[in-house]
Amino acid sequence: MTGIIALYIFMLAAFTGYEVIAKVPEILHTPLMSGSNFVHGIVLVGAMVALGHAVTPLEKSIGFIGVLLAAGNAVGGYAVTERMLEMFTSSGPRKTQGEK
Amino acid sequence: MDVSLLIDGSYFVTAFLFIMGLKRMSSPKTARSGILWAGAGMVLATLVSFLYPGMSNYELIIAAIVVGSAVAWWSGRRVAMTNMPQMIALYNGMGGGAAAAIAAVELYRVAGEGGNGPGAAVLSLAAVGGMIGAVSFSGSLIAFGKLQGLIKRSLRFPGQQFTNILLLLATLAAGVLLVSGVGMTPAVVTALFLVALLLGVAMTLPIGGADMPVVISLYNALTGLAVAFEGFVLGNAAMIIAGTVVGSAGTLLTQLMAKAMNRSLGNVLFSGFGESAGAAATGAVAGSMKPIEAADVGVMMAFSQKVIVIPGYGLAVAQAQHKVWELCQLLINAGVQVKFAIHPVAGRMPGHMNVLLAEAGVPYELIADLDEINAEFESADVALVIGANDVVNPVARNDKSSPIYGMPILNADKAKNVIVIKRGQGAGFSGIENALFYLDNTRMLYGDGQAAVNQLIHAVKEATG
Repeated sequence: MTGIIALYIFMLAAFTGYEVIAKVPEILHTPLMSGSNFVHGIVLVGAMVALGHAVTPLEKSIGFIGVLLAAGNAVGGYAVTERMLEMFTSSGPRKTQGEK
Repeated sequence: MDVSLLIDGSYFVTAFLFIMGLKRMSSPKTARSGILWAGAGMVLATLVSFLYPGMSNYELIIAAIVVGSAVAWWSGRRVAMTNMPQMIALYNGMGGGAAAAIAAVELYRVAGEGGNGPGAAVLSLAAVGGMIGAVSFSGSLIAFGKLQGLIKRSLRFPGQQFTNILLLLATLAAGVLLVSGVGMTPAVVTALFLVALLLGVAMTLPIGGADMPVVISLYNALTGLAVAFEGFVLGNAAMIIAGTVVGSAGTLLTQLMAKAMNRSLGNVLFSGFGESAGAAATGAVAGSMKPIEAADVGVMMAFSQKVIVIPGYGLAVAQAQHKVWELCQLLINAGVQVKFAIHPVAGRMPGHMNVLLAEAGVPYELIADLDEINAEFESADVALVIGANDVVNPVARNDKSSPIYGMPILNADKAKNVIVIKRGQGAGFSGIENALFYLDNTRMLYGDGQAAVNQLIHAVKEATG
């Protein structure tokens, strides 16, 4: 990927992020912050590649921590976002759910 | 089939799924499916990344993924809804730490090979991304500690801003040494990350708990940016797109939050809350607070046309949201129109209160935000304020000397009757006297949120009996 193409991707993605969120109602702000927190969990693929190419023990240790943290970001972000959004599925009062 | 084409194609699909997922999360009806779309994208991207050419250490990769995922899944499923903000801070910090780790691996490798390798542009992005990631990592951990109550005090000392600026300059200097090739040594790489970690701690420690949501949102945006920068370094389009989308969306979200709290971002970051408020807290308000009994409130509400409930964080602390919904269902069955008015910063983050109400089973059609509901207060018979304080203080509208002047508030004072459920007399966390409590149409119902609402439920049952 050439530098200038990467720059175009950067610009277009920045506008996309702005536009996608600009239409979000307030009630979804917290789930959305959590959802976007999950999306940057994609750092996992970068951490995997970094660890996969690590050679020295130092590189391997840091890479291992990187993958560990990235997996936590992705999976934890998914778990809490899904839990929050679960509550928006039905509009009626859900008596089956009961009290927690 | 060509492996690199398969990987690039899968990343393309992942980017599409992420953007569609975020888009679907922007409406309550499709929000649930949004996270499923994004989740599918994440699984796809992770699986194809095992096929990357020239990889080794597979056992380490799998072990790290299994351990990290298991711990995060376990903690994410069992955290209480009220503790959600600090959990997001924690997971966000992990992402920042991962971005910093990628940068560290790259920089240590280049330093170990005596500076041979990628050009200055890639090195700069690696260093800046790593620095931002490290700040986001340590800063988010401090934010988590503060909201979780592990760190009680806000550390402030003279010359703090100066120290922070020095730390920032020191990390930048380390970055310049690395990129220019003058000091491309492992020691300088270590220094860059240590100072950046310290900067994240020093930046976050002085910020009060009330401002933490804005800070978490900022770190969320910063982590996105760090991920995008490391995406440039690795030539990984999925990371560039996802990171940048989060970076810009998170920045917008941060601005919205700061605006709702009537604080500029600079104000949040560079001055501790409470310092400006202290002066005005002395401003006395004329009149007196007038108490009322639960039985009277029950009758008043049961025979109203329209009741607007204004929940605040105090409601969540008292775990009274289920009881409030029980109360409202009684009223609805008695023919009363009930609505919930949510201030943008009710709870601890925008939308946090909505989540807590949704958890209790309140349908989102009954939940209105500030712009929708403010015109309706004049036609409301009762405004019931539970655990909210500053967000209903009319001085924000009419007292220019007040520190919260200009903050958008819910116009509860316009309702025919205002009932405030409050633990005792005294000001809110900002220390500002609430003029609403002294108005002629306001009555105070003293007591613990949960107990007071229980009394109201009995009162309404008897009144409608």
